[in-house]
Amino acid sequence: MSFSTYTETTTPVKESAASSARTALSSSKGGTHLHLKGVVKKFGELEVLKGIDLEIEKGQFIAIVGRSGCGKSTLLRLIAGLDRHNAGTLSADGHADLASTDIRLMFQDDRLLPWKSVIDNIGLGLKGDWKPRALRVLEEVGLSDKADVWPAKLSGGQRQRVALARALIHQPQLLLLDEPLGALDALTRIEMQRLIERLWQQHGFTVLLVTHDVQEAVQLADRVIVLEQGQIGMDKAVDLARPREQASADVSAIEGKVLKRVLGQ
Amino acid sequence: MSIASQRLASNRWADSALPWAVPIVLILLWQLAVSFGWISSRIMPAPLAVIEAGWRLTASGEIFYHLGVSFQRAALGFVIGGGIGLALGLISGLSHWGERLLDSTVQMIRNIPHLALVPLVILWFGIDETAKIFLVVLGTAFPIYLNTFHGIRNIDSNLMEMARSYGLSGWPLFTSVILPGAMSSILVGVRYSLGLMWLTLIVAETISASEGIGYLAMNAREFLQTDVVVLAIVLYALLGKLADEAARFLERRWLRWHPAYVKGD
Repeated sequence: MSFSTYTETTTPVKESAASSARTALSSSKGGTHLHLKGVVKKFGELEVLKGIDLEIEKGQFIAIVGRSGCGKSTLLRLIAGLDRHNAGTLSADGHADLASTDIRLMFQDDRLLPWKSVIDNIGLGLKGDWKPRALRVLEEVGLSDKADVWPAKLSGGQRQRVALARALIHQPQLLLLDEPLGALDALTRIEMQRLIERLWQQHGFTVLLVTHDVQEAVQLADRVIVLEQGQIGMDKAVDLARPREQASADVSAIEGKVLKRVLGQ
Repeated sequence: MSIASQRLASNRWADSALPWAVPIVLILLWQLAVSFGWISSRIMPAPLAVIEAGWRLTASGEIFYHLGVSFQRAALGFVIGGGIGLALGLISGLSHWGERLLDSTVQMIRNIPHLALVPLVILWFGIDETAKIFLVVLGTAFPIYLNTFHGIRNIDSNLMEMARSYGLSGWPLFTSVILPGAMSSILVGVRYSLGLMWLTLIVAETISASEGIGYLAMNAREFLQTDVVVLAIVLYALLGKLADEAARFLERRWLRWHPAYVKGD
């Protein structure tokens, strides 16, 4: 299956106070309101998600953490429409059909087409005069000088930036990030985290970040959700001012609590 | 220029000259052996005699006529055979239905050495052009079929998933992902087919022909013109090399993005 690609098809957006504050710089429409009720996913006999209830406000930055195999990537794939759930309902802005929402998924691997130049990768699936827009998003991720380069010539961090630009050009209302920084080195990670935070603040879309890195989750998210064996084990609001300093006392305190829960202590 | 770079330069010269050393020595020995009468020129003409024959036939224009005829047969057979192989490979590769329908039949026919059909082909088509072209078609279709099929089946499923999630399907999916993804494999098939193209044509032309390089060789045999026979063999070798270079040119052009095919400078 495929979900619709173009921003023209999105539902009209009701401005909320939270999102209008950060729309100044962009064409944001305020993000998607996501509602999950009793969502179950089975692979054969194995129940990977055991009834997830989750409500995500427009424009929120949500991080989902948990041990390997807790079902966090599966949840993301359900929302992205790559897999089908077995029971429960998913709805976006009140529509049961997520296909009518602009959702983009960024994978753990960049999944750039090696035979297309950077700019053509970003324009994948677009029609009309997309080149100027592609150059703009490429500038946003700081790679305007790499437009005509083959992906094989880029570093891992640069490739993920291109993948991010490819998602952004569609002006998604909901951006799903499936451990996109997992394979990057520590410094590149911090750079990418700042980039994602900045772009989120500019565009005001809703973000769902799946990560195994608790520190990254607390650093970036408004809410951190811990998944345990297919159920929500903890739902922790992170009310800290931005930009958050790396490893400040406030961040560390919350990080400690979440980490304890993830480790099951 | 420093001593080190002088040494490097002479090394490079020696490096590119080295592959030619053995053939040159062999040709010199051959020339000497014939000149001193160790080998009868009836059995093996001297290299100089072959060059002379080449010059004679070039001057009379005969060589171009026969080359042109052979090239036309080869090209026509390759285009038809390659086209059939590509089409069937695409059908089998793109749909499981197509694979079920076609693959086992094609594999069965593929395992018959196509030159074993020569007697039957002569019965069907007589000894005119159609018979030769038919044999070339049979020889060239299968390598392209096999490599197209496997090229499509081996495309990274992650890339396919990504492309579908970006709304690609049908023709855009084919041109952006499937065809370029299978291209390196298809070109391996093309190279293999080009080799078989000449091999098949040589056999077909020596059976029966009134023009073409094979005819040139067979006719010369009747008149004991060993120099022309050897010339024909050398021509086949050159044509084979030419076809291989053409395939490599396509690889460099269409697989520019691939690190393995980038020409070192």
